[in-house]
Order: sequence, then C-alpha cells, then structure tokens
Amino acid sequence: MGVGITVEHVNAFYGKTQALFDINLVFEANHATALIGPSGCGKSTFIRCLNRMHETIPEARVEGTVRIGDLSVYNGTSATQLRRRVGMVFQKANPFPTMSIYDNVAAGLKLNGFRNRKQLDEVVERSLNSAALWEEVKDNLHKKSGASLSGGQQQRLCIARALAVQPEVLLMDEPCSALDPISTGKIEDLIFQLKEQYTIVIVTHNMQQAARVAEFTGFFLLGKMIEFDKTEKVFRKPSDKRTEDYVTGRFG
Amino acid sequence: MAKTVLQISWRRRIIDHFMTGVAVLTVVLVLLPLGAIFAYLIYKGAGSINWAFLTQTPKPVGEPGGGMANAIVGSMVILAIASLMGVPLGIGAGIYLSEYGRNRYGDVVRFVSDVLNGVPSIVIGIVAYGLVVLRQGHFSALAGGVALAIMMVPTIARTTEQMLLLVPQAIREAAYGLGIPRWRTTLSITLRTATSGVITGVMLAFARVAGETAPLLFTAFGNQYWNWKSDQPTAALSLQIFSYAISPFDEWHRQAWAGALVLIILIVAAVAAVRFAVKHGTLAGA
Repeated sequence: MGVGITVEHVNAFYGKTQALFDINLVFEANHATALIGPSGCGKSTFIRCLNRMHETIPEARVEGTVRIGDLSVYNGTSATQLRRRVGMVFQKANPFPTMSIYDNVAAGLKLNGFRNRKQLDEVVERSLNSAALWEEVKDNLHKKSGASLSGGQQQRLCIARALAVQPEVLLMDEPCSALDPISTGKIEDLIFQLKEQYTIVIVTHNMQQAARVAEFTGFFLLGKMIEFDKTEKVFRKPSDKRTEDYVTGRFG
Repeated sequence: MAKTVLQISWRRRIIDHFMTGVAVLTVVLVLLPLGAIFAYLIYKGAGSINWAFLTQTPKPVGEPGGGMANAIVGSMVILAIASLMGVPLGIGAGIYLSEYGRNRYGDVVRFVSDVLNGVPSIVIGIVAYGLVVLRQGHFSALAGGVALAIMMVPTIARTTEQMLLLVPQAIREAAYGLGIPRWRTTLSITLRTATSGVITGVMLAFARVAGETAPLLFTAFGNQYWNWKSDQPTAALSLQIFSYAISPFDEWHRQAWAGALVLIILIVAAVAAVRFAVKHGTLAGA
C-alpha cells in the first residue's frame, strides 16, 4: 500500500549553490502527483531529495524535513533502508547491462541477501506482470540481457525492477522523455494501474502527460514551488500568473 | 547538376577507399612483428619440441636429449603465485581509485602506481630478494611470485580503474535506488558490468610478466631438477631460455628456441582460455 509524503522547509544545495528554496508539500497516498516546470527549475533535484539520491553527488546536501509514511527520511533512517521503500525510475532506462532480464528484476532482492529461489521466481513474474512486460519477455528471462530490449521495454524493465522490492512510493524522473508515443502510452497506462498500490511522484516535461496521469500537480520555477493544486485547477485556472504563462506555453 | 553530384561521389569514393586502405595497412604493420616472431620461433623451435622436451628435466652438458618439463611447471607455479597475489591487489586498488579515490589520496596512489610501472624489472627483483629471499634464507618460487606480483599490480590497478570509470553513473544510481549498499553495488554491479575490460587488463599484466626474466634471476633462481616446494629454488622457462641461449652448445640453443615457443604458446593458451570462459558466461545482447 502506498503512503503519504510530507515535505517541510526543504532546501537543497550543490556546494554553495542553492537549488531548492523552502519547499513545502504534501503528497497524498495512492495518488499520482506530477511535478512540472522548465529545465533547471529543480524538479529533478527535488525528487532526488525524497529518496536521498541527492546526497550521492559530491558536495550536495539537503536541509529540512521529509517524512514518508511514518519514516523520517533525514533523521535516524539509513539511506539504503529508505530506498528499499521508495523505488525510483530514471529518465534514461538503466538496466544492468550484463545481467539477464530475470536478474535485473531480482537484483534488488538478491543483492540485499534474499535467496529463496521459488519466491524470487514469483516476485519476478509478478513484477514483470505489473510492468506489463511479462508476455513480451517470459521466454527469454534467463537468455537475454536487459540491454538487449528496446528502449520502451527497458524502461518497463526498470519499473519492474523497482517494483520487485515492494516499495510504498514510486518516484519517476521523466520516465518517458526518451520514448516514442506508443511506449509512452504504455507507461502512462501503467502509472494508472500502479496508483492503486503505490504513491507516485512523476517529474515530467510533458504537460499533457501531467494532465493525463496525475491528480495533483506542482509547478516549479527557479528552485521554488510556485503552485501546488489539483491538476485540473493548475491547468485550467492557475492562481499564479507565472503558472498560467507556463501552462499556456508563453515561456519555458 | 547531376554531373557534379556524380563527380563528388566519385572523388569521395576514392578517398574512402584510400583511407580504408591506410587503416588496413596500419593493422598489418602492427600485426607483422607478432607474426614474424611467431613464425621464426616455429621455424627455429618446433623441431626440438618432442615428448622428451615436455616431460624430462635438463640433461648434463654433453648428454643429448633432456627437456624443460620442470621449467614449464615452475613457470606455471610462479605465475599462479603471482596472479593469486597480484590480481586481487590490483583489482582492489583499481576499485579504490575509481570508486573512492577521486581526491588527493587517489592522485597519490595513481602517481605511485605509474612510477612503479616504470621501475626496471630487475630492481623489482632486488626488492623481492630483500623481502623474501633474505628472510627465507634461500631462493624460492614464492620470491619469484612476489616479484612478478609487484609488477602486475600497477597495470591491473590502472586498467581496472579506467574500466570502472567507463561504467555509467546511471548504473550505480539504479543500484542505489534499489537500496543496495555502496560496497555491494561496487562488487556486484559496477565491477560485474566492467568484467570484460578488467579481465583484459589482468591478461595484459599476466602476459607481460609471464616472459619476465630479470626479476626471477635472484628470486626463483632456476633449478636443473624437479622441485615441488614453493620455498625452494624453482626453474622457470624464461630463466632456462636465458641460460641456454648464452651457453656455447648448439643443442642448448635449439632447446632455448623450443622453450621460447612453448612459453609463447602457454601465454596465448592462457589468454584464450580466460577469454573463452568470460565469453561463455555472458548473455546475448550484453
């Protein structure tokens, strides 16, 4: 089951440069929330603060409070523990190139010490099914490497890999930006189904996509969150002039 | 109009063919010395390779026959000892340099490693002499192995580092995103992704030290007889070739050629076997 996310007074830095300024937000459990905004506005930085990926960059740091369900992200939780509960899908599909399809999906469990073969088989099948990839790869699970799939399949493989560790939250950082419309459609359908079980945060450059998949939308500009509301409201009747300019295509 | 297009494509085709020819020529030039050495070795040495050569120890001066069996085994033992020590150390150092050493300490290690790579091999032999032979009180396969291991480390470390750096950061992030700890990611994801490159580095280092003679002169020392103990003077092909080649006897000269041929075949076989094993273990499309 998905859990809600609370973000309070989050500031993020790259060395001396501040990238995020006092972000406050609440993500509702089992809903999809889209984050939109022009390039460099901090939406990717922000999403990486939610699973502590931001701090893997040298000299990067975060201030503020993030709570995922009952878990305090920056207080008393190890990054690895947290990331098992917060899955992430990246902009560019990044399957492990030397691993088979099966091993890619099982990696999160196997490399954390889980070795029960039968249960692994089940998890792999269930995850690939959830990612709508099972039918396409079930005959080549062990024979083919993850890198041999097409771009869209690779991205769904990455989604399956993230789902296999049974997270509560799924972070998606522009998951469709490198995909054609058909693959994009498949992944959007997927997001619709996944909402029932996971809380989804999706960063996207594509405003139609935000409108299609997300109940809530946040608009970022220059490291600040300008507006956060129901998706319909943000697109139809934004309360801030800058949001309106952006969603109507006047800049960005 | 159509004529100009045709002319351009005609000129381009000539340049294209010419450049392809140049590329092929350089490949031939690079491969030529190898082919020449191999051909000459076969011409000089193949005639002396027979069952006795591969199964017997050297005969005293004047007696015909005999072989280099003890040197063949000795070389294998010394190289095995060197690999057991040098490969893990080199790969470990490479991992440090790539994953943890993007700082001043890493720069120091990189510098020292490059200097070590340039130290004459006989000097490395003296170091192993001081480290092992003086303490043990006698020459040994272990001392020879230590000398060769020291020579393997910098090559393996630097190639491992380069190969790990080629693994995209996105692959590491994917692993972190699954909650896989950093050390696990390094061993099971990053290193595994770079395996074929790392193996190339290891084989390069292996092939380089396999023919080394100088560092073995006062470490393994050589032996005319069988020796199965790693703490006793041990024969090695390169040493045997050296002492036979500078001897005044024609019979020994012929055996030296044969020994050189056997040595090069052993190296090629070892490299091919490892390559085959690695290729066999990889997946379609990887």
